[in-house]
Amino acid sequence: MAVCCPAPGADVPVVPLTGDEARHWITRAGPGRSRIEFIVPEANCVACIGGIEPSLNAVPGVVSARVNLTAQRVAVVWRDGEAEPQDFMQTLADLGYTARPFDPRENGILSEQEEGKALLRALAVAGFAACNIMLLSVSVWSGAEGATRDLFHWISALIALPTVIYAGRPFFTSAMAALRHGRVNMDVPISLGVLLATVMSLYETLHHAEHAFFDAAVTLLFFLLAGRTLDHMMRARARSAISNLTLLMPQVATIIENGMARIVPAAALKKDMTLLVAVGERLAADGVVAEGVSELDRSVVTGESVPEVARPGTEVQSGTMNLSAPLTVRITATGEDTFIAELMRLMAVAEQSQSRYVQLADRLARHYAPTVHTMAGITLLGWLLYSHNWHTALMNAIAVLIITCPCALGLAVPAVQVVATGLLFRRGVMVKDGAVLEKLSQVDTVVFDKTGTLTLGHPVLLDAASVPPELLALAAGLAQHSRHPLSKAVVRAASAAAVTPAAVSDVREIPGSGLEAMVGGETVRLGHRLWCGLAEAPDAASMEFALTRQGRLLHLFAFEDELRPEAAATIRKLTASGLKVMLLSGDRPAAVTRLAKLLGIEDYHARQTPEEKLSRVSALQAEGRKVLMVGDGINDAPALAAGFTSMAPATASDIGRTAADTVFLGHSLLAVADARALAARAQRTVKQNFILALLYNALAVPIAVMGFVTPLIAAVAMSTSSILVVANALLLGWRAPLSSALPAAEPPAGRKPEDSAIMTLPAPPQAAE
Amino acid sequence: MNTLFFLIPIALILGAIWLAIFMWTLKSGQYDDLDGAAWRALNDEERPLPPPDKDEKK
Repeated sequence: MAVCCPAPGADVPVVPLTGDEARHWITRAGPGRSRIEFIVPEANCVACIGGIEPSLNAVPGVVSARVNLTAQRVAVVWRDGEAEPQDFMQTLADLGYTARPFDPRENGILSEQEEGKALLRALAVAGFAACNIMLLSVSVWSGAEGATRDLFHWISALIALPTVIYAGRPFFTSAMAALRHGRVNMDVPISLGVLLATVMSLYETLHHAEHAFFDAAVTLLFFLLAGRTLDHMMRARARSAISNLTLLMPQVATIIENGMARIVPAAALKKDMTLLVAVGERLAADGVVAEGVSELDRSVVTGESVPEVARPGTEVQSGTMNLSAPLTVRITATGEDTFIAELMRLMAVAEQSQSRYVQLADRLARHYAPTVHTMAGITLLGWLLYSHNWHTALMNAIAVLIITCPCALGLAVPAVQVVATGLLFRRGVMVKDGAVLEKLSQVDTVVFDKTGTLTLGHPVLLDAASVPPELLALAAGLAQHSRHPLSKAVVRAASAAAVTPAAVSDVREIPGSGLEAMVGGETVRLGHRLWCGLAEAPDAASMEFALTRQGRLLHLFAFEDELRPEAAATIRKLTASGLKVMLLSGDRPAAVTRLAKLLGIEDYHARQTPEEKLSRVSALQAEGRKVLMVGDGINDAPALAAGFTSMAPATASDIGRTAADTVFLGHSLLAVADARALAARAQRTVKQNFILALLYNALAVPIAVMGFVTPLIAAVAMSTSSILVVANALLLGWRAPLSSALPAAEPPAGRKPEDSAIMTLPAPPQAAE
Repeated sequence: MNTLFFLIPIALILGAIWLAIFMWTLKSGQYDDLDGAAWRALNDEERPLPPPDKDEKK
């Protein structure tokens, strides 16, 4: 069983959820009953059910509590007035689970669920009808005649007519929508084939004729609906998994009013309010520092990996994390005026300028439909000239349309996409849409962001093995009193080397400088080299801490932003398959150059603003290149939206993840190369399927044109071709072992309570834990 | 021939019953959490399971 349940009593913050704010999430569940759902990302094993359900059911007033493992949600129904949603969150927090209320309207999950259920209902109806009609048809084919045959045809008609009307709607509406926009998609020939088969069969039944195609019409619908339902389920699953990654906490901020601190929702922040930002908290608005000196981690906002010092007067942006000391900030902009809102506008523009992507199947349909219709027309004319019989000519023309109804073509793409996205999902790569696979396979340029994408966005100590253990113990003794990323890196290195931090006393943290403590009556400092009394560093790009005792240098600790596992292998793979790789970073030139050299990326640009990233990606696209943008930060979001397609790690900022087409879990960057390789393979299978389907047509059409098609031949031919393409799609799963082992069932919640501020953070390092 | 008058309605009715049952299972949310259902089958606690959560329908 997967180890996933958090330790009880873990420090999980609970945000107040009462009164009007709670209303938003609550729905009615019968008289006097209310219902609320929570997203609980850590709930992903059976032990979680056993832990959560009894505890919640024990809360007074609760009628039922049920865990949904697929969606990682918990639904609670309670009697009004006897409990508050707050209590449930507290119960979950006591068990160690982070939870946030779930709004089904968000991300259109509710409408998607409804759509999925409608498809399943249509599928069930079509299945029922197909079974029964096939039963009757087999009797007809085995030789039922006269009145019996008519009876069977009538019963078939009775079942088929409502079925076609009900179960065919997904295709009819899609075909109508396409036609109204002057386009042709695969659903147009499908709808036409199904409708014509039904109408013609009805006419034949009325005239006691021998052949009725009800079975063909309904079986066709059944096959196609099966493909469509599977496709929908895959997509819904990926979307729900991605939306579960979004921020865990409602956005709140602490303001100071008349000398009193008060917690308010982030949406209620106004200009000129005074914001109190605690250590480890993210800023909820743009502003200017009024009081306090601290260091800020701006990596999500700018891509800068080294923390920056903030003093009174420093401008700060929302999304920045406060690292070392509390700050008071005077708000200068909120909502529409903030840095993030500005980026959202850029994103919207980038999305609009994207031309509508037409899937291969629909491009094929553009040629397929006219060809088939011309063929039917020629058949009609030919038979008219040959037999001078309107009925025969018309029947044969319709038979051509029925036999060419692209059942296999309609399945050729969805079947492959379902198999491929399913494979990727198990590998931890969540594809938002089937068309993304097609786009991925065509990519010829990959643009990476640095901090948080090629790297994990947190520093590690270099050459930890060469540091004398007693010095590492001393440094860790100081560092464990600080939340500075470099301090944390020292502590992690110490615990990885099994070194016990030395005992120190009187630790002081001087924001922007470092830590000072007393050891055996001597002053020990860990921090910036200038503050420790050393000369200015020759290379400002490197991250380092000096350790001094009474002003005497003991050791220089050098740090580096930790590279994502297999980053180099990924770049090599991509370059080897002929792709152009580019690095666009907001970080300083020296750091970017070093990383680019290390990974062998020749085309790199440092100090890129979000606008520059966007314009570079757009320029590449304008050259006709198809860009895969891989990024995580807020500053990457416009470029992600502008790329031909895009990927983001699960640890990305909310806005980055929303902008990306694909999200990958786990640390390894190989996910990028894997997704592309699998997409290419999937696209090959799609093309094979098209060829299979067209071969089928090449065989079947002449038979239809010559007037030899009977319902039996149609049924056999259509089923065979459909089964062939589905089997070929399933082979993809067989033939395509992914290059790297999947990062097991690494839960999407790589988060710690400390990260639960406004934006999600890079996951904690696996190595050091 | 006469047997047909029994067999066809029986076939249709059985099919319709299946369809009705499927629609009911769908409506009562039994396909909402297939992963969870798979695990719950292995739950060997004596505690009775809570009734299935009755869907989002108001």
